[in-house]
Amino acid sequence: MLGLSRKTKVSTGASLPVIVGIAAACIFLLVGCLVSNIFAQQTVAGLAQGAIFASLALALVLIYRATEVINFAQGELAMATTYIAYQLTLWHVSYWLAFFLTLVISFVLGAVVYGVLIRPVQHRSVIALVIVTVGLFILIDGLVTWKWGADLKFMPAPFGNNVYHAGGVSFSRQDIGVLLVSILSVILLWVLFQFTKLGLAMRAAALRPAAAALVGIRVDWMLAIGWGLAAVLGAVAGLMTEPSQFLQPTMMQAILLYAFAAAVLGGLESPAGSVVGGLAIGVFLNLIGQYVGYATSELRLPIAFAVLLVVLLLKPTGLFGRRQVRRV
Amino acid sequence: MSRGLVTRLGVIAVAAGIVIVLGFRLSDYHLGLGARIAIYFIAILGLNILTGYTGQISIGHGAFMAIGGYTTALMSYYHHTDLLLTLPLALAVCFVCGLAVGIPALRLSGVYLALATFALAVSIPQLPLKWSKWTGGSNGIRTFTSPGNNWLYRVCWICAGIAFVAAWLLLRGRTGRAFRSIRDSELAAASSGVSLPIYKTLAFGVSAAFAGVAGSLFVLVTNGYAQPNEFGVLLSLQLLIGAAVAGLGSLYGTIVGALFIGLLPQISTSVPLIGSGHGQDVVFGLIVILVMILLPNGVAGLLGAIDSRFKSAIKSDPTTS
Repeated sequence: MLGLSRKTKVSTGASLPVIVGIAAACIFLLVGCLVSNIFAQQTVAGLAQGAIFASLALALVLIYRATEVINFAQGELAMATTYIAYQLTLWHVSYWLAFFLTLVISFVLGAVVYGVLIRPVQHRSVIALVIVTVGLFILIDGLVTWKWGADLKFMPAPFGNNVYHAGGVSFSRQDIGVLLVSILSVILLWVLFQFTKLGLAMRAAALRPAAAALVGIRVDWMLAIGWGLAAVLGAVAGLMTEPSQFLQPTMMQAILLYAFAAAVLGGLESPAGSVVGGLAIGVFLNLIGQYVGYATSELRLPIAFAVLLVVLLLKPTGLFGRRQVRRV
Repeated sequence: MSRGLVTRLGVIAVAAGIVIVLGFRLSDYHLGLGARIAIYFIAILGLNILTGYTGQISIGHGAFMAIGGYTTALMSYYHHTDLLLTLPLALAVCFVCGLAVGIPALRLSGVYLALATFALAVSIPQLPLKWSKWTGGSNGIRTFTSPGNNWLYRVCWICAGIAFVAAWLLLRGRTGRAFRSIRDSELAAASSGVSLPIYKTLAFGVSAAFAGVAGSLFVLVTNGYAQPNEFGVLLSLQLLIGAAVAGLGSLYGTIVGALFIGLLPQISTSVPLIGSGHGQDVVFGLIVILVMILLPNGVAGLLGAIDSRFKSAIKSDPTTS
């Protein structure tokens, strides 16, 4: 069991009823899309939003697996890196060049945050760790507002404003682009973790730090890389949020809550779960907003909170999590 | 023990004296500021009972303040209830809400509890927006009357005094021991016959009740307006930071935490470079991170460490032995 051979697949941990449930939900969505145009439109828009939640949720899960802390500053880090991209475009860097430069910068930023702020308190109580990330939350918020101000900023639209029409259903090009970029980044990350030496070392460092150190893995470096990658995912989430929300210091706060709900729904330990959770919450919120008249946009956050609470109370391990047995 | 008690009573008497004298000396503006500090004091006291003494983290105390604040504003607006009467009402409402949150929270611990309470802090301020017909939406709702700063200063500090004594009485006895035993080891506490469900839920209720009173006073200080923005997630974070700076699990440190989050916005506006706007958040964040890294037990822990260093220096002094 201790073996870290490359053949061990990371199992999704989903049980049969969960898989059946997800399949049923997918079929329901497909049928709905075929029957109703509005349903299809809302589903695609929901998937696009859900993909953003999924990226941020995956960032949270990565960090939770590596350092067993929920990074409350994840959304603010994402927001800050989006502002960096904005600054780059102000300097006449083209959008996509700015996009990739920002990813590099956010990787460094994430790793530095881990090394400077998290590592000193890593072995203290959960409360101490949470408070440090909360401090980081406020610090980033203050720095960004100080540098760029609290008013709305606009970046060039990455995907243009075209709308595709397919059989009476109109999809905005932006939604499709957001969905593709988010999913692509998630897949790349999965490839990195599953098929590279580095990914294997990172998994080992997160899973069994002591054993990993014994076989010569530099655990601290691996954890720093993990934080860096999480920041990159956050930056993708932030950059993909910008076209619909525009830039403001509070832009990621609501999304962070949706990402929390997504991560918990997926089981907090499961990367696959967080992606499924993110997409599910995106679609769920959009469909409920469309078809339940009472659930106006003000209730989106409370609904996400309700989802989070219900999951925590009924199935704390989430859809994909494994039951933890704690020895006394 | 008795000497320690005398010192403590002395410190409290001096603090109370300072508060009373300041009440006669301060300008109108500073009286308002003083009232705010008293409010933060009450709220952090509540949070400290829960997080510092019982070990249950909460990032959602701004939500309880919102509930308390809206109780006051709604009662005063619709029923013209006397403002002082709305305080015990807010206390009762928040106590019940705290119990209601405490029961599901029984199943959560550590990061999960942090997540759930954070979600609470984010989603509660959305509810007045939903029911804007009764709550005035984002413009908020105003109490029927709004008192002056002098009245506020007195009422807030009297409430703070009562809250401090109540917390002290609660924590020094059986209940406080039960709380601390849960914080130190849930397993050991349960084995010694401490009922985890009862005491954890109670801690949530009491803690929320403190926050509720603080919230309803908070509405009075902001000219009687209850607005969703005022109770945003930053308020919850500030309270947690105040408790952390003060030192989790220290009643006396609470005043430092309250002064910290009450005065920092004032001081940081006159600091060069980061002066205006959100410069205070930079200082807030930096200080709390530094405190957590350098002083694990907050200012109270630092004072305690100095004190014991001092005592051991006296003991090891060759001339006295």
